[in-house]
Amino acid sequence: MRDFLSAVVGKAVRVLARLRGGGSALPGLVVERIDPGFIARALSTLPLGVVAVSGTNGKTTTTKMIVEMLEDQGLKVFTNRTGSNFSRGVVAAIVGECSLSGKLHADVAVLELDEAHAMYFIDRVQPRFTLLLNVLRDQLDRFGEIDTTANYLQRIADATSDEVIVNREDRHIATIGERTRQRAEPTGAPRVREFGLVNDLLSTFPGDDDFYAGSADPAPSDSERPDVDVVLTALGKRTATFRIAGEAYETPLLLEGLYNTYNAAAALSTVRAVFDAAADTYRAPTTEQLLDSLAQVRPAFGRGERLELDGQPLELVLVKNPAGFKLGLASFDAADTGVMIAINDQYADGRDMSWLWDVEFDSLREGGVAVVTGTRAWDMALRLEHDDVEFGVVEEDLSRALAAFRASTHGQPRRIYCTYTAMLGLRKRLSELTNVEEI
Amino acid sequence: MELKIVSLYPRDMNIYGDRGNLLSLVRRARAHGITPEVVEVNVGDPLPDDVDIIIGGGGQDSGQERVARDLLGRGAELRGLAEEGLPMLLICGLYQLFGHRFVTGSSSEIPGIGVFDIETRAGSERMIGNVVVDSEEFGQIIGYENHSGNTVLGDESVPLGKVLQGSGNNTVDGTEGARTRNAIGSYLHGSLLPKNPAISDFLIRVAMERKYGAFTPREIDDTVALRARASAKKRPR
Repeated sequence: MRDFLSAVVGKAVRVLARLRGGGSALPGLVVERIDPGFIARALSTLPLGVVAVSGTNGKTTTTKMIVEMLEDQGLKVFTNRTGSNFSRGVVAAIVGECSLSGKLHADVAVLELDEAHAMYFIDRVQPRFTLLLNVLRDQLDRFGEIDTTANYLQRIADATSDEVIVNREDRHIATIGERTRQRAEPTGAPRVREFGLVNDLLSTFPGDDDFYAGSADPAPSDSERPDVDVVLTALGKRTATFRIAGEAYETPLLLEGLYNTYNAAAALSTVRAVFDAAADTYRAPTTEQLLDSLAQVRPAFGRGERLELDGQPLELVLVKNPAGFKLGLASFDAADTGVMIAINDQYADGRDMSWLWDVEFDSLREGGVAVVTGTRAWDMALRLEHDDVEFGVVEEDLSRALAAFRASTHGQPRRIYCTYTAMLGLRKRLSELTNVEEI
Repeated sequence: MELKIVSLYPRDMNIYGDRGNLLSLVRRARAHGITPEVVEVNVGDPLPDDVDIIIGGGGQDSGQERVARDLLGRGAELRGLAEEGLPMLLICGLYQLFGHRFVTGSSSEIPGIGVFDIETRAGSERMIGNVVVDSEEFGQIIGYENHSGNTVLGDESVPLGKVLQGSGNNTVDGTEGARTRNAIGSYLHGSLLPKNPAISDFLIRVAMERKYGAFTPREIDDTVALRARASAKKRPR
């Protein structure tokens, strides 16, 4: 009866909110108020439970990969697709998809969780599987310290019942895996599964600790490191090679960018964990079948997303922190491409722009940067000046900047590096000029 | 003409883009016709005896503990250099450790080296946001703060300036940073020097006068820095 009431009230608020235009999280807020247990009851009925995805970078793309791989294997998946990763966003999504009896018709939920808001979530819902991606220097204006963020992720791991999937190449995440393993020793739960990189690729994916020369001890060789569930062993142009349970597989990918490719290793490992746990009820796909599913996944919006403008490709690359920007710059060939950089400092971007000083822009020196835009365009221009990278127009206003970029890079492929709200703003303006997938 | 710049503990004290200060100082020195040499001094490394400028940044609490013990061993040497008038710039974590002590949340004490007459206590409130400071010597100083330590100045140090926007040293007295002779301590990241070339020029001028007896600055085009200052100043806290 309670489920019915909450579902009906939620759906009614949803209709009203739509009529008034906007307010996608409002039904979630209302249902949370009147029935705080709704989220736990709705999710507890799912046969394969909840998969939580957290970490500072790559949540949206990795969640999308896991969802699409599971769906391609025939599962019905509930997810917070628009990246509304706060608890009320999840509740709002449940309200939207559940029946009037409050029942969610899905096999499994895959949820992207913001690090801090995950604390509220795990008080109500116990994830069966948790994927922890990384702890990068991001949102320090919100949490103050990287160590604080790592503590949040530790608590999600502690709340997980079946299996925690960890990035062994991130010092903080690997420590969480180690602690979880020790804690689980008497009971064997939760299990810990790892994904990683071969040594040759380590320098391609710098962590925050690796920005400063000389910090690394000589790494053990590949043969000295224990083999883990999924290892990214080689990168090609739109292909990748993974070692999965000791076997090598090469696969084509629609995803571009180094991060996306490494996140694919994380997604593969997580999907394998889900099917291993469900071996009694669901037939596990072969590795080839999983890779076929992975090969069809497109990047999430703004994360290496490819649009077309004036008959030329236009790529949007989201940058949120130094490691991400550095990888973004290393991921894409700068030759013959018009570049714009859009840096906003709204709350959702992170207010603190200090991190721009931890990125090296040398790779842009040869081609220069056509346009710099966003609320902190001049900070970005100053940063480029310090690396002797030439820039054309500096224009804080996104619309005028986009017009200038279009004019000065006509006939060229284009790429825009942008912070989160700058990306949303630019997509909105681009949707008036070309096809942009609705989100 | 050459200047030797020591970057102090870059391995542990490098958060919030403090590396930008080194980058900016080196660039500025070159623009004035000086050849800068950078020496990184990490835990256990010797301090070169012909250093002209020292700069250092902030770190995680864990990094701060690592360098605190090493720094104590250099206390007398660094205090001596400061007393001789060596120009220094210490941001956030090292600013705190260049004071008398840091009293942590659990009331234990991390001793500092006392270059600045300041004392810092861990606070419960985190002071985060864009900051504008008014200073007599450098004009307006613009940066970004992110700290929970509350710093109080004794009589031997004067504030770097008066806070116009933001918190600065603490939530109470409206001061930001500290000066003892030519050493400057500050909570401002941002990074500080790129947007505040007046402070770079001060460090370079003092170093050149100490080493060569005179300094003739060159005219430098600061258009981009000025625009970045103006836009940062407009941003909300």
